[in-house]
Amino acid sequence: MGLLDQLKSLFGGAPKAAPETKAPETKKEVVAPKKEEVKVTKPKLAYVHLSGCTGCLVSLADTYEKLLDILGAVDMVYNLTLADARTLPEGKFDIAIVEGGVCLQDEESVKLIKETREKAGLVVAYGGCAATGNVLNFARGGQWNQPQHESYVPINRLVKVDAYIPGCPPSPEVIYNFCIAAVTGDTEYLKPFMASEAGGYHCGCDLNTRVIENALCIGCGTCAASCPTRAIEMVYGRPSFNNIRCIKCGACSFACPRSFLPVNKIKSLLV
Amino acid sequence: MPFGTYKEVMALKAKDGKIAGVSQDGGVVTALLCYAMDKGVIDGALVAGKGDKETPWLPKPIVATTKEEIIASAGTKYTISPVVAVVKDAAREYGLDKIAVVGTPCQIYAIQKMRLYGVGARHVPDKIALTLGIFCTENFSYAGLRTIIEDHCKVPIDSVTKMEIGGGKFKVKAGKEVAIPIKETHKYEQEGCHVCSDLTAEFADISTGSIGTPDGWSTVFTRSTKGKDLLAKAMADGLFEKKSMDEFKSPTTPPAPGKKPIKTGLDLLEQMDKQKKDKAKKTFDERKALGLFVTPEIVY
Repeated sequence: MGLLDQLKSLFGGAPKAAPETKAPETKKEVVAPKKEEVKVTKPKLAYVHLSGCTGCLVSLADTYEKLLDILGAVDMVYNLTLADARTLPEGKFDIAIVEGGVCLQDEESVKLIKETREKAGLVVAYGGCAATGNVLNFARGGQWNQPQHESYVPINRLVKVDAYIPGCPPSPEVIYNFCIAAVTGDTEYLKPFMASEAGGYHCGCDLNTRVIENALCIGCGTCAASCPTRAIEMVYGRPSFNNIRCIKCGACSFACPRSFLPVNKIKSLLV
Repeated sequence: MPFGTYKEVMALKAKDGKIAGVSQDGGVVTALLCYAMDKGVIDGALVAGKGDKETPWLPKPIVATTKEEIIASAGTKYTISPVVAVVKDAAREYGLDKIAVVGTPCQIYAIQKMRLYGVGARHVPDKIALTLGIFCTENFSYAGLRTIIEDHCKVPIDSVTKMEIGGGKFKVKAGKEVAIPIKETHKYEQEGCHVCSDLTAEFADISTGSIGTPDGWSTVFTRSTKGKDLLAKAMADGLFEKKSMDEFKSPTTPPAPGKKPIKTGLDLLEQMDKQKKDKAKKTFDERKALGLFVTPEIVY
């Protein structure tokens, strides 16, 4: 079974999950494949930029020299900011990483996300705006220089999404881990990002509905540390939300050790 | 496997009188943090600082950057200190590069998860230099702790100088010493603790606690090479008195008729560890049966 098929069956949540090739013990030894090691063809990756602030892309670049690992491991077929191609390539490609929400009044954006879904094997909603709408939830239109642009939706309103990476922006470390895991077939690491898993889609509200209301909160403070807008304060050992500040990026809920706990992966950290 | 994976286990007691005077048991956490700070292994530590006057014994998670701050934070506080909340501050505002985190088992796995999946923790994971885990059976909310102390032990919380759990009792020192059966406190445990399988902080570099060793001593596990090396250096520099856990083995003489066999040392720890794991499994299944969301993989 090829790597891409493995990933597809993983993200599709197919019952006959791929017999996992043994995931590498530690992620540290996973570096950019050296030339002689490259046996599989590099996955073709398109970075699709919709309505977002480019912060997610900046975060990708914020991996410093590790960015070279990522760029070396994939074949970047489309990336408006970093590469020359102005349109999606002809025919299929493997992975689409989508930043930003879709502006419903912008015909081009709607067309682009539909086209992305048709051509991509996997669609990854990368960052809060693509995943949950994030700060775009608060858009009301009536602003220069496109006052008619008034509603921006997370991409799963229009197309099926295979994986979500929440956060505003997702940290460089997570992006790096995700890309390297996708390229090396570390399906165990990728699992929590899958649309069908307890990870997958995350919004700030999920922390309340999934964890706190279910009496699972133990007051560790991870949510407060993860919040990019400081909307969470720990009061008597429980998160207290400032709902006006919350941008619904989902970082708190994803980071919470009670939303999912990657025990096996954590074990591999202890060496 | 009881106690998770570990490299060594031993009983330790800090020799430094300044630490032994303020610490909960063997002073292992305090002494190790001070040592790591001296040696440049860490440049700061996230610890549970003392509470303020209005809310005595409500710990405040702080970023300690001096030995004085570390020593001032010694001792167990039996309520929630959201220590992970300050990890980003330590990396950003304090500009620390080598952070030690002291936490309960659940907090240690939060930190470890952050190293792998820290979507909101930009440039934090590589700055976690050391994790010290504290044994934990369960925790109380602040109001719960206050009720235990003021309504059950019947002493004002601001007069308390030390609290501890051991030998089936919850004990407070407040001028006089009061002890109540631990059973009385169970109903104040926070509910989230009941699905936790981890008593001995199985994911920390070093974990320690009082269970299994006599007063004034701590049971210590080293779990990673990093933890083992640090402790070995500290031992070589004469920081601790050491005993083998074999010295605290359960008595081999059969129990008196009608009595349960007495368990001590690692046998006791193993028994309590198993109780916690069994309870977590049971609670997990009950919650599932109710159709509630329960953290996947939390029971392991």
